[in-house]
Amino acid sequence: MAMCITAILMMVIIMDEFLWRAGAAGLGLAVIAGPLGSFVVWRRLAFFGDALAHSALLGLALGFMLQIEPALAIAVLCAAFALILTGMLSRAKLPPDTLLSIAAFTTLSLGLIALAFVETLRVDLISYLFGDILSVTRADVMLVWGGALLALAVLIAIWRPLLAASVDEDLARVEGGDTGRVRLAFVLLLALVVALAMKIVGVLLVTALLVIPAAASRRFASGPEAMAIYASIIGAVAVVGGLFASLKFDTPSGPSVVVAAAAIFAATLLFKRRA
Amino acid sequence: MTGYAIEGRGLVKRFGDRVVVDHVDIGAKPGEIVTLIGPNGAGKTLLLKMLLGLVPPDRGTVVRSPGLRVGYMPQKLAIDPNLPISVARFVGLAGKGNVVASLETAGVADMARAPMAGLSGGELQRVLLARALMRDPQLLVLDEPAQGVDVTGQDALYALVGKLRDKTNCAVLLVSHDLHLVMARSDRVVCLNTHVCCTGQPETVGRDPAFAALFGARAGESLALYRHHHDHVHDTHGHVHHGHSHDGHHHG
Repeated sequence: MAMCITAILMMVIIMDEFLWRAGAAGLGLAVIAGPLGSFVVWRRLAFFGDALAHSALLGLALGFMLQIEPALAIAVLCAAFALILTGMLSRAKLPPDTLLSIAAFTTLSLGLIALAFVETLRVDLISYLFGDILSVTRADVMLVWGGALLALAVLIAIWRPLLAASVDEDLARVEGGDTGRVRLAFVLLLALVVALAMKIVGVLLVTALLVIPAAASRRFASGPEAMAIYASIIGAVAVVGGLFASLKFDTPSGPSVVVAAAAIFAATLLFKRRA
Repeated sequence: MTGYAIEGRGLVKRFGDRVVVDHVDIGAKPGEIVTLIGPNGAGKTLLLKMLLGLVPPDRGTVVRSPGLRVGYMPQKLAIDPNLPISVARFVGLAGKGNVVASLETAGVADMARAPMAGLSGGELQRVLLARALMRDPQLLVLDEPAQGVDVTGQDALYALVGKLRDKTNCAVLLVSHDLHLVMARSDRVVCLNTHVCCTGQPETVGRDPAFAALFGARAGESLALYRHHHDHVHDTHGHVHHGHSHDGHHHG
């Protein structure tokens, strides 16, 4: 009898291990996406984050060609692209959204072309565009959590100057803040998180996981830290809910997580916003 | 050496072919209230930003007395409505200083816990002033401090700035395109319309034809503005203005 129960339990554990890994990786991402996404919203960098995410595919292709760990290749390429884009935005005469659109679609197209040369990847394209959270390995979980905690530590270290620069850049500079350096650190963190999120929600959905939980938590928060923490919690709920739905209704996992986040956001609209 | 807390010499800023700030000399000494007046688009804000080091000038230099502590009150606040933050927290972002004391001095001690998003125009101005006071400034730079504030509120705000100057002997550089209340409290007025039209004590500047032209330009409509341009033909061959005639006035 006891052996029977043990056997059933074992089966449940084995069957669901991929789900546990998916959940663990998704939660790791939610932890950093909350505070980072809040800054994306405050600094109006949603398009910037999206442009970065679109370049991730190019990083993936280069990673395969040069035989480097894909997450590392994506992180490095996104970081380089983030720096170039920041420089271009400060000099360009074009409106930022136009410039970011050009950059996003150019890098996405370059990425798709580059991937076409890597035969083995062509089949998996959909999973890189929209994520394949259920194929997450144990190593991926470690990578996501390691990266997320590192990013969180850096974010906490630069929190005050970053917040001051996000509230009003001119004021922060007059008060002696090195807003340029803080901005650079922030976009590098964004690049890192895009690389981490690629496998979980995919290139096209990364920004959703940054922006939607933050936007949803705004309604309840009366301070910046509260908004960041609530965003993490909302992101975590969306990950768990999305995965559950994905399992139950056999829907793709990345989009399911995003739809869960959007559903939470829609529900928050019923509440009165705090000022 | 010059006795100025901050001084800009020969400042020039172009946007493309258009000269927006044209060889401007300006300075403020400790304890002095210098008011920059001029119509919209005269380059007032840009001049302030060059002095503050926020915008690099195309030509000219800015000299600050060593270790100068600056308090800046911007015209607008770029804060995103999606960023929830209380007044006390906002003022505290200055890093140093006493939040409660600053809020008290600015007359908004009771607003400490209020969210920034819900402030009226007048309250926001005072909160911005409180933040500017956080670092015990030796130079206060105020960009249109009375914008969106009613006349009584404006008078009170300028009276407060005057009191602060008396108490701390800080230099005050303020921008306005509104004159009535400003004039009475300024030690020196600089009329700016890309170049310095005239500068001096309020009473003498008030009698200057260039000032009258500027003043008329504000009150009048586009015709007056057009006339104003013609009043300044003499300036096309005399851009550079030397000397800060502290007593009396200088007409460019």
